[in-house]
Amino acid sequence: MLKHLSKTFKRTVLATAMVLGPVTLASAQQVELTMYYPVAVGGALTKIVDGLVDGFSKENPGIKVNAIYAGNYNDARIKALAALKSGKPAQLSVMFSIDIYELIEQGAIVAFDDIVETDDEKAWLKKFYPALMENGITQNKTWGIPFQRSTIVMYYNKDAFRAAGLDAEKPPATWDELVSAGKKLTKADGSQWGMMIPSTGYPYWMFGALTKQNGQTLMNGSGNKTFFDKPATIEALQFWKDLGSKEGVMPKGTIEWGTLRQNFLDQKTAIMWHSTGNLTKVKSSAKFDFGVAMLPAKKSRGTPTGGGNFYIFDKTTPAERKAALKLIRYMTSPERTAEWSIKTGYIGTRPDAYETDALKKYVVEFPPAAVARDQLEFATAELSTYQTGRVRKLLDDAIQAALTGSKSPEEALTSAQKQADRLLKKYR
Amino acid sequence: MSEHKGSMNRVYGWLLLLPAMVFLTAFTYYPMVSTFFVSLFSDGTATRPSVFVGLENYQFLLEDDIFWKVLVNNLWYAAGTIPTSIAIALMMAIWVNNRLPARGLVRMAYFTPTVLPMIAVANIWLFFYTPEIGLFDQIGSVFGFPSQNWLGDPELVLGSIIVMTVWKEAGFFMIFYLAALQSLSPELEEAAHLEGASRWYIFRRITFPLLMPTTLFVTINAVINSVKMVDHLFILTKGGPDNASSLLLYYIFEVAFSFLDEAYASALTVVLLVVLAIVAVGQFTLMDKRIHYR
Repeated sequence: MLKHLSKTFKRTVLATAMVLGPVTLASAQQVELTMYYPVAVGGALTKIVDGLVDGFSKENPGIKVNAIYAGNYNDARIKALAALKSGKPAQLSVMFSIDIYELIEQGAIVAFDDIVETDDEKAWLKKFYPALMENGITQNKTWGIPFQRSTIVMYYNKDAFRAAGLDAEKPPATWDELVSAGKKLTKADGSQWGMMIPSTGYPYWMFGALTKQNGQTLMNGSGNKTFFDKPATIEALQFWKDLGSKEGVMPKGTIEWGTLRQNFLDQKTAIMWHSTGNLTKVKSSAKFDFGVAMLPAKKSRGTPTGGGNFYIFDKTTPAERKAALKLIRYMTSPERTAEWSIKTGYIGTRPDAYETDALKKYVVEFPPAAVARDQLEFATAELSTYQTGRVRKLLDDAIQAALTGSKSPEEALTSAQKQADRLLKKYR
Repeated sequence: MSEHKGSMNRVYGWLLLLPAMVFLTAFTYYPMVSTFFVSLFSDGTATRPSVFVGLENYQFLLEDDIFWKVLVNNLWYAAGTIPTSIAIALMMAIWVNNRLPARGLVRMAYFTPTVLPMIAVANIWLFFYTPEIGLFDQIGSVFGFPSQNWLGDPELVLGSIIVMTVWKEAGFFMIFYLAALQSLSPELEEAAHLEGASRWYIFRRITFPLLMPTTLFVTINAVINSVKMVDHLFILTKGGPDNASSLLLYYIFEVAFSFLDEAYASALTVVLLVVLAIVAVGQFTLMDKRIHYR
């Protein structure tokens, strides 16, 4: 009987300790952080993130970090918002950079300006490439810190360039050069196309590059107005369509995002526009000499940025916020950024990362890694507005309607703009 | 005493019903009712709380071009997949019910697509359909056909998806037909043979009518699948180009989880439920009359 009692007692104590554990420990300055992160491209990324978190834990024994892999970008956002509703939110998360307005509207995140205190911390906010900060700043506040970020680059087959009598070291730098090179590279028997720009999956992203090159952005900095029906936007879509229907250097209709890399590797297209995220895979699989170049220019060069930012959730205690900030600063320090960039192919998010020995050496060994960095100078924010899912789909549908010929570019974009205006009116 | 026994029986009855009732209520009826309620409110955010809007979401639905487009797509998808996959399933079943060499192997071959997960199938077919390097274009090029952009052409994309679905489904339905065929008594067929009936006549007047209960079951499954299966769209087309291959359930997913508009997604779901309920009732009342149950 006594034994039984003591057993029950032990269990009760244990249970109480388990329930109260985090609380009592927290008062002893132990902070526990839960961080969600998505993986958009490859599986090995989870190991790299775990490695970074382990490194942080060793340096900061007072902070315990649970890094939870949360699927793709969409899954991560859904999980984070669901956790928020259930009252058991995470403290920080890596989420899609373009989710910012959604997260603000849901009251989910807190601005970094409200967390940083010291001059050192304030200065840290300015350490990143401005182009990468564009998707993280609105209402004059910084809500997202760039982490796993990419851009679009032009991959080209140097062997095919040589075979067509083109200079393999001088990839097309303008739209005109692109078309004329494309014509030389396109074989009449259909065995090789000049170029392919993918138009499924993320058409708006590719289109963001074309419009930026034509001197036009797709939306304002407050996320409540789109510029889909501007003449330069329509001109950019016309150019995209003409590559297939008029110039004949690209297949007509839409081009599948998922199989494009295979088309390039099988030499069915001499040029492809794709995410820098494909660099490692192309490098390991290409059986020919390939090059990576900046996207060409009409008025200027241009590409949208892409990828994930760090966010800190609103439902957090001051101690948790401080700890989260510490973690993010660790993960984005120049050394960690260099390590992350080399291992994953994502861009180093800050100039001083490229001053580290590791990244300096890597760029010399593998020059394509520098192309994405150099292109940042011409980069702009990825399409992101309030009601971003809907607005993005309006543009995606308009692009596909124009490319498949069911509507003219002007018709498609004017109607998309009209509908976007209706959605965004209440945010102005 | 007997009154007592009767009330005890009633209690037993309810107790036996209870487990199923609890689960059905929690996971079927309650969600249906709550979906309907959510569809009467506007979508709320932290800055803009949800308010009662009555039928506004349904009003929007009537004006929503994409909704009508996916609804029509879904009808074509159903019309394309249901009869074809059932007919092919029946033919395959009769074929493998014969005494063939390597019958087990043929049956397994027909059934294999069913075992594969839809996502895996879609990933395989994505490369079949790829222009230039895909299987279909490579076979076509041998015969001198020009390359087709199967998934990138609004005219072809829905048909391409229907073909894949039929390939995936027919083997599954075949199993039911095969089981039904094997349970038919051979005497009827033998008797008809003695009377000099042709094989087609036997099929038309004996085999097919006897298979009607299976046909009803398979048809209901095919109808359900034509609105339930959208996994492949995530891989193959994401509903594109310009919604040419989008289906109702995929659109509901987009509205709910990409646009995060729970209210409108609920309204769409209610419409889907009503349509399905009407179809199911119709199927049972119409087809039941023509079915011979033993």
